Amino acid sequence: MSDPAFTRPEHRDRIRRFAALVRKETYQVIRDPSSILIAIVLPLLLLFLFGYGVSLDATRTRIGLVVESATSVTQDLAASFQASRYFEVVNGRDRREFEEDLLVGRVRGILVIPATFAADFAAARAPKIQVIVDGSDPNTASFVQNYAQGVVATWAALRAAETSARAPTIAVEQRFWFNPELTSRNFLVPGSIAIVMTLVGTLLTSLVVAREWERGTMEAIMATPVTAGELLAGKILPYFILGLASMSLCVLLAVVLFGVPFRGSILALYALSAAFLVPALGQGLLISAATKNQFLASQLALISAFLPAFLLSGFLFEINSMPTVIQWVTVIVPARYLIPSLQTVFLAGDVWPMFGEAIAVMLLIGAIFFIVAWRNTRKRIA
Amino acid sequence: MAGPASPFVQITGVTKTFGAAAPALDHVSGTIEGGHITGLVGPDGAGKTTLIRMMTGLMMPDSGTIDVLGFDTRRDPARIQTAIGYMPQRFGLYEDLSVQENLNLYADLRGLPRAERPATFDELLTFTDLKRFTGRLAGKLSGGMKQKLGLACALLKKPRLLLLDEPGVGVDPISRRDLWKMVKDLTTEGIGVVWSTAYLDEAEACDRVLLLNQGKLLFTGPPSEVTGRVDGRVFKLSGMTGRRRPILAKALDQDGVVDGVMQGASIRLVVEPKVDVAAIAAAVAGADVTSAPAQPRFEDAFVDMLGGGPGGRSKLAEATTALPTDDHKPVIEARGLTKKFGDFTAAQDITFQIPRGQIFGLLGPNGAGKSTTFKMLCGLLKPTGGEGRVAGFDLRRDTAQARNRLGYMAQKFSLYGDLSVAQNLEFFAGVYGLSGARKRERIKLMTEIFDFAPHAALSAKDLPLGLKQRLALACAVMHEPEALFLDEPTSGVDPITRREFWTHINALVEKGVTVLVTTHFMDEAEYCDRISLIYRGRSIALGSPDELKASVATTENPNPTMEDAFIALVQASEADEDAGKAAA
Repeated sequence: MSDPAFTRPEHRDRIRRFAALVRKETYQVIRDPSSILIAIVLPLLLLFLFGYGVSLDATRTRIGLVVESATSVTQDLAASFQASRYFEVVNGRDRREFEEDLLVGRVRGILVIPATFAADFAAARAPKIQVIVDGSDPNTASFVQNYAQGVVATWAALRAAETSARAPTIAVEQRFWFNPELTSRNFLVPGSIAIVMTLVGTLLTSLVVAREWERGTMEAIMATPVTAGELLAGKILPYFILGLASMSLCVLLAVVLFGVPFRGSILALYALSAAFLVPALGQGLLISAATKNQFLASQLALISAFLPAFLLSGFLFEINSMPTVIQWVTVIVPARYLIPSLQTVFLAGDVWPMFGEAIAVMLLIGAIFFIVAWRNTRKRIA
Repeated sequence: MAGPASPFVQITGVTKTFGAAAPALDHVSGTIEGGHITGLVGPDGAGKTTLIRMMTGLMMPDSGTIDVLGFDTRRDPARIQTAIGYMPQRFGLYEDLSVQENLNLYADLRGLPRAERPATFDELLTFTDLKRFTGRLAGKLSGGMKQKLGLACALLKKPRLLLLDEPGVGVDPISRRDLWKMVKDLTTEGIGVVWSTAYLDEAEACDRVLLLNQGKLLFTGPPSEVTGRVDGRVFKLSGMTGRRRPILAKALDQDGVVDGVMQGASIRLVVEPKVDVAAIAAAVAGADVTSAPAQPRFEDAFVDMLGGGPGGRSKLAEATTALPTDDHKPVIEARGLTKKFGDFTAAQDITFQIPRGQIFGLLGPNGAGKSTTFKMLCGLLKPTGGEGRVAGFDLRRDTAQARNRLGYMAQKFSLYGDLSVAQNLEFFAGVYGLSGARKRERIKLMTEIFDFAPHAALSAKDLPLGLKQRLALACAVMHEPEALFLDEPTSGVDPITRREFWTHINALVEKGVTVLVTTHFMDEAEYCDRISLIYRGRSIALGSPDELKASVATTENPNPTMEDAFIALVQASEADEDAGKAAA
């Protein structure tokens, strides 16, 4: 062979090609408004949405309050409900008055203080109140139930102190650790950081690779001595860094602007995020290698990565309360491992055994994506 | 190492099929030599791009082998890729990167040593005349400049084999000529060049050609050998009185006539061997017509090779009601049409009139402003200034009436790809306001005329290009429009289909239909009664094809082609502009 590329060690060429690809990608990220949009504007939007707009706290929920027989005790309890900052109370005499309201959502629940309440209370038998909620809206339902219990418990304690009588037994005792204010923002914001990294890692990456196919630039660089491995690596590194940068921006805002506590270490935060970006990027590359079309790539990225990160990761919905089959599906959703760990880093501190397991599983899922993507990214057009 | 005796590329029995379609390449064999420009010639869908991609080692044949520079594409694609330069159809440039950044990227990817870079960049930037634009983003370059930059990127590490996929598409004739000169220079250094093209005039200039049609290799050898088959059989009829289109139609139906096209006021005929042209001329056009032998061209031979062009009869026109031709009011009129997009003027003060029964052409390279002008005249774009009229209706005030009088055939035949042939006909009939018995009758007629019945259930997107074009024409003329707007109507289709198309259009014009056509095909301009040359948003010349050609005739070039005329007129207009700037 007389071709110099094959006679001298081609290590230097390899590094030079890789550096050239990374440089090119960096210029493109900086100059292309759509990557700025996905890597900076969209994350900020999401963060503000979860920081200010969306709240899973039951503040001023409208309920119907039925006092079946008016005694001084029941009136006192009713007054407690009216004074609660969680409820906006509509009074009634009979639960049937609120049936339709509950159905159409004018009230979120019906609280019935039964006729037997005063007698039970006086006799120090555990008094009962009935909470009727709309089971089709489980989130609100469980909040109404929990807060109603809280109001009753507080009332009973106060009453006991006032009358210095023995407090009646309270059925449920709830204590919230690590997020004692129970502010949902504190666990939504760390969770949304996982969503942001999914956007950059999977959506943006699959879009930029598909765009190279659409514009014909992929064909042109494939016909140069560049190898498939260099092509993949040249895509991964810039978006890996961009993903971490996006994450850092979000964390900074979460702590500074929203006052979300950060009790873990920076090291744990970056180790977890870096591990999560491996499956996210792998999935993005796999999608674009399979579709080669921006529209399809974005749809697939949204459906196979973004939505599962939202819905199947425990971010908005408890995994334990999902049907068994769906619980199995969540096993392959990388965000499911990241979100609890991130919430722990923010709200509790470093729990390395938990993080180690999460990192291992995410790397494993990532490795599988990469192997499949690698096999699909040969230097071939068809 | 390939010795000088062995060819640069050896293609042996290559077949490639995509899905259920007919093979894209069917047992193709041939060779490509160093030091030559080899034309890979054929209409769209002939298999040109597939063959080039296989030479780069990015696509593998189903059967057969390709050896490039002594390496098998299956076993050694990496070695091939270090030794070739490849420019794909869209030039392979990163639009967000500047000219210099694109060069740097490809220099790194191709492993051009640092020490050689300043000299190589300087040489290539001088060669392509891009020195002034090194800081400009590639996306902001004109088509011609992009193409030169694409070429520069492919040439960074002097390749032994240069593969260019349709480098002449979307580029103005001046840039095309420049590029050709550059590539020609390279061959003197022994570089082998493959230049794929659908333009048959480009084929004529190649050293050797591989002529492809529908995946089959029709011919391989020097183009003169192709044109040689029609030597002494090509004639030019001139001196006709009266309308020339019916004469062409009649001539095409004569025994012994292989092919015929319009050439300005003359007619070009290809006949079978030993046929008496004078007798045919007299029979179709009277005694005072003169016939003179003409230089055979590649296209004449290609049509001959494909078994001759279609006859001159148009069943479509026969079924069309004749429009009165006695009124002399213009059917299509543009008065000072101007369109600005931000601070960019896409069309500036375009004015012309088209009388009934004439074909008017807007001729110019992509991006010159043809389509903008065209869209303003059919009511798809609102002009910034000036006005357009169709059949007497102002397009701004009476848009609906004006639109009912016109038929529109869009670039790339904008049909609904997922609807079948029958459903497309049905849909467009509805859109143009046909209903009931008349709708059924017109659809039936179109199906008969264009022979759609065997394909009625096929999706439009699965049709061969020629059939797509026929379907688009059928959809545009179903409601018998007075004015027909054709946007690049024959782009990429094979010459036989193109002739069939013009037979219909010529015959419709004889029935009183008025036609506005845009084209970047210089040859197609010859069918027009008058043309306007559009360049950088302005009309730089207006006249009949013969007038425009005559206006640039010189003693060195007494019989300029349409392309010569275009280039001369553009250069004259640029000189004027420069003079104007200097004066100001």
